[in-house]
Amino acid sequence: MLTKRIIACLDVDGGRVVKGVKFLNLRDAGDPAELASAHSEAGADEIVLLDISATAEKRNTLLDTVRKTARQLFIPFTVGGGIRSLEDASAVFDAGADKVSLNSAAIAHPELITQIAERFGSQAAIVAIDAKKMDGRGYQVFAAGGRTQTGRDVCAWAREAESRGAGEILLTSMDRDGTGIGFDCELTRLISTNVRIPVIASGGAGSSAHFVEVFRDGQADAALAASILHYGITKLGDLKQELAAAGIPMRWPC
Amino acid sequence: MLARSTYGSVYSEHKGSFVSIAIVDYGAGNLTSVKKAFDWLGQAATVTSDADAVHRAERVIVPGVGHFAATATIDRNGLRKAIESAIQRGTPVLGICLGMQWMFASSAEASGLKGLGIFSGECEHFPATVKSPHVGWNRLHWGRESKLFANVDEEPFVYFTHSYRAPIDKYTVASCEYGGEFSAAVERDNVFGVQFHPEKSGTAGIKLLEAFCNLPC
Repeated sequence: MLTKRIIACLDVDGGRVVKGVKFLNLRDAGDPAELASAHSEAGADEIVLLDISATAEKRNTLLDTVRKTARQLFIPFTVGGGIRSLEDASAVFDAGADKVSLNSAAIAHPELITQIAERFGSQAAIVAIDAKKMDGRGYQVFAAGGRTQTGRDVCAWAREAESRGAGEILLTSMDRDGTGIGFDCELTRLISTNVRIPVIASGGAGSSAHFVEVFRDGQADAALAASILHYGITKLGDLKQELAAAGIPMRWPC
Repeated sequence: MLARSTYGSVYSEHKGSFVSIAIVDYGAGNLTSVKKAFDWLGQAATVTSDADAVHRAERVIVPGVGHFAATATIDRNGLRKAIESAIQRGTPVLGICLGMQWMFASSAEASGLKGLGIFSGECEHFPATVKSPHVGWNRLHWGRESKLFANVDEEPFVYFTHSYRAPIDKYTVASCEYGGEFSAAVERDNVFGVQFHPEKSGTAGIKLLEAFCNLPC
């Protein structure tokens, strides 16, 4: 049976992981390559590295970071943040990424999704959508890290991304992000039932029960684990074990 | 280093001789990850679209992701002939993902094209009853005895990403279940194919690639 994926997310700024990881006894908690390997060993099904560097100088270190991280990682590896062109994507793939995650650039230039899918395959093109519930207008898409309202409907944009060649949707609830009160299962189910490609749920995880909910009620295919791992609330192995015990198909033991 | 502890046993136990490996580049996707896995195993793998380099290699990898139509490129540049003669000479050849599907007779994805025909049947799209593509970790189920899985005890989880699937053949050594059963790994003499990505399947995948390097020529 196809298992539900738990994806560990590393936020990187200038080549360093921004959020600490308390449970891992590492010499250097800020090294992306070391953290990615540690997550892989702990049972992560995939690694996502998001570059949140605000300045061009810091962004220049991204390829070096991707190369070092990829060299010792033998599970799927996605890189996102600041990928604006086919050239940007090509450089990230050459450095060892398996997939790229597009957000604002895909909204501004949707043809970029198709270009990447045609050159590297749909499986390599993830479209990340930041969604917020608006009174009377359903879920709306935001760009530029949640700062810019696009006026687009989330469901319509997810379908367009799929038709343009996206292989997966990384769906973040802005309302839940960082709250720890649980994923937005309504949003996740809405998108998951309206596209045929896998949906990765993100935002709001605070306990293993929240993952059970988003897989069962939200019909997510995968879920992103960021702060729940970073702040040591839950260990990855414990999380997967609890999900398996709750009847969610997991790659565990792995 | 932590990474060494994950895959270190594979790395340090590597006792096979070093072999030259040609990773055939026919324009179907990004081959960095495949090369990287062999680098990790200390093997000399080269990404190439040169038929002579394929001819000289002691191991041949036919990788690939994307549309079956991309395999038409193999027919140009003499690559198909080079792969076929490698098979005849007894050189171990491994097809990965699309590369494995190309070893079957044909695919409904591009019905005008002919595959190698080493394995029987036509690759078909997943049924509408399941989401497609099939993306993620799924468990293998052993079939007949395998050379590549000789060092893998339990049926492992491995990473898949594909929309078309190969039928069960008499040479199927591992199957997988997703909207029905399909061939996840096939072996016939010196020809091997895996639908999943061993370079992305953690320890089980690295062990499989190591076993491929260690096969007798």
